Amino acid sequence: MIDNKNLKDKTLGDALRSQGISRRSFLKFCAATASMMALPPSMIPAIAEALEKAKKPSVIWLSFQECTGCTESLTRAHTATIENLIFDSISLDYHHTLQAASGEAAEEARTEAMKENWGEYLLVVDGSIPTKDMGYSTIAGMSNLDMFLETAAGAAAIISVGTCAAFGGIPHAYPNPTGAYSVYDIIKKYGDQKVDGVTSATITNASNGRVSDKPIITVPGCPPIPVVITGVLTHYLTFGSIPELDHLGRPKAFYGSSIHDRCYRRPFYDKGLFAETFDDEGAKKGWCLYKLGCKGPTTYNACATTKWNNGTSFPIESGHPCLGCSEPDFWDGGGFYKALSIPTIDIASASIYAAAGAAAAGVAIGALNKKKKQSAISDHSKTTIDDLEKQ
Amino acid sequence: MSEIEFLSWVRGPGFEIAIIIFVAGVVIRLSEIFLLGRKKNLAEAKGSEMRGGLHTILSRSIPDKSTFQRSTFKIVSGYIFHIGLFVTIFFFAPHILLVKEITGISWPSLPTAIIDASAVVSIITLVVVLIHRVRDTVLKFISTAGDYLVWIITILPLITGYMAFHRIGMSAPTLLAIHILSIELLLVAFPFTKLMHAFTLPIARWYNGAISAYRGVES
Repeated sequence: MIDNKNLKDKTLGDALRSQGISRRSFLKFCAATASMMALPPSMIPAIAEALEKAKKPSVIWLSFQECTGCTESLTRAHTATIENLIFDSISLDYHHTLQAASGEAAEEARTEAMKENWGEYLLVVDGSIPTKDMGYSTIAGMSNLDMFLETAAGAAAIISVGTCAAFGGIPHAYPNPTGAYSVYDIIKKYGDQKVDGVTSATITNASNGRVSDKPIITVPGCPPIPVVITGVLTHYLTFGSIPELDHLGRPKAFYGSSIHDRCYRRPFYDKGLFAETFDDEGAKKGWCLYKLGCKGPTTYNACATTKWNNGTSFPIESGHPCLGCSEPDFWDGGGFYKALSIPTIDIASASIYAAAGAAAAGVAIGALNKKKKQSAISDHSKTTIDDLEKQ
Repeated sequence: MSEIEFLSWVRGPGFEIAIIIFVAGVVIRLSEIFLLGRKKNLAEAKGSEMRGGLHTILSRSIPDKSTFQRSTFKIVSGYIFHIGLFVTIFFFAPHILLVKEITGISWPSLPTAIIDASAVVSIITLVVVLIHRVRDTVLKFISTAGDYLVWIITILPLITGYMAFHRIGMSAPTLLAIHILSIELLLVAFPFTKLMHAFTLPIARWYNGAISAYRGVES
């Protein structure tokens, strides 16, 4: 928790300078950010100026049913980068894993930050929210649902970090024992409720907050790419608005292309050259992993371009197919190692049973048809002259 | 239902339902045809039925000169469309993978550029033959609603497949799911429409050839 008043009043530019970041490095970061977010080069000075003057935004980070992998991903960079410093420079007022405070003091930091920055703080959520039994996941005796609704009421925007917060993730996977929902679904379900609940005494105008009106940015991935978070924050600090989002609420700048379309192995797919197993000649030659179950063609993420571990590589580069972790319900998507064109259930036996059953039915129908044919022959009576004369 | 749930359904239960209807429908219809039987021919055979039948299956694929001159457009467009459809269905790697999964049989695939081109050619040809169908007085007169339905359910997998491959208009999981669903529609309709000609055509040709051979005449 950063509660130093002076530090809070500093602009982002001040904070970066105090950490020894040169103007040149700062502009390089702005240029990289602009190109990453598909903004024209003319926007670089605007980004630099806006970031320079931006006040450190208050960020409240709530962790619900999650594995802390998202926080690990965001904090485990090998070297200190400007992205990390931007991270360090936000006023992260509440974060279970990273904050020093515990118990009552920690919860007080949250309500304090909410009071001070009502309507202006960013709410970052990782983890899904249980609804079956509120006791499944509580923090300081408060259910995840209550804490989320209360905190979301005063947020300027909500960022769902990781696939659990974005789409429900593994807790939401079949059979979803905790009745877990994503942030978006929770807001759809409970967002219209007026929030004047648990700690309303400390939040003067909490009852004005309609959670359903809050913009939501989803940053899915299991875990998501760190640079995507900084990109979203930079966009927010620069333009005071959220970036352009796709139909699932993902920033288009990072989730605009499928892994398949940006994959360096794509030429092998187009040539029809595939690895059939993990240790065959094709795998050794770095051919396409489609037949090994790669979900790249149906997955939108920036892995193939921004890569992981400081740009070292991404799963496909390491010889493993994409699991599709930034898509909804990817855990229930029919098996990580089953190619996309293969049915997820045993079609061969279904076909055999269908053929056998139909053959029996066909024989029965055939016999009936034969009988019909024979009775038609036997019932057939020839027309005589007398019959014609009658008419 | 999320996009991936939709995709999982068409890859799972949806595909199972479609394949059961397809297999059962085709088997029942073929059983009916074969079991109906024919009156015993008491005349002496003047040639081998099997040989004549097999010969006609192949020989009818090559149009005779006068037929070709009379129906050049129909024959050429029919060939282009059928070859295009065959290449698109059976030489695209993901399709071969599906056949391998069900039957265990596999063969090499063609580069996607060729598949893409053959799909486009098939789509264009299908549109052209539809225009021809509605502009030709006789063809229009003998066309039924079923013919137009078959045209729609044949072109749909081609269009949706093209869109899924190029990711046009919608997200990739939705496009792929719609493509698979369109194939399931084709499979379900197959046994109950003129699409059955894929199975009945060789049978009809064989029968024509067989009776001609039995009588000792050319087919």
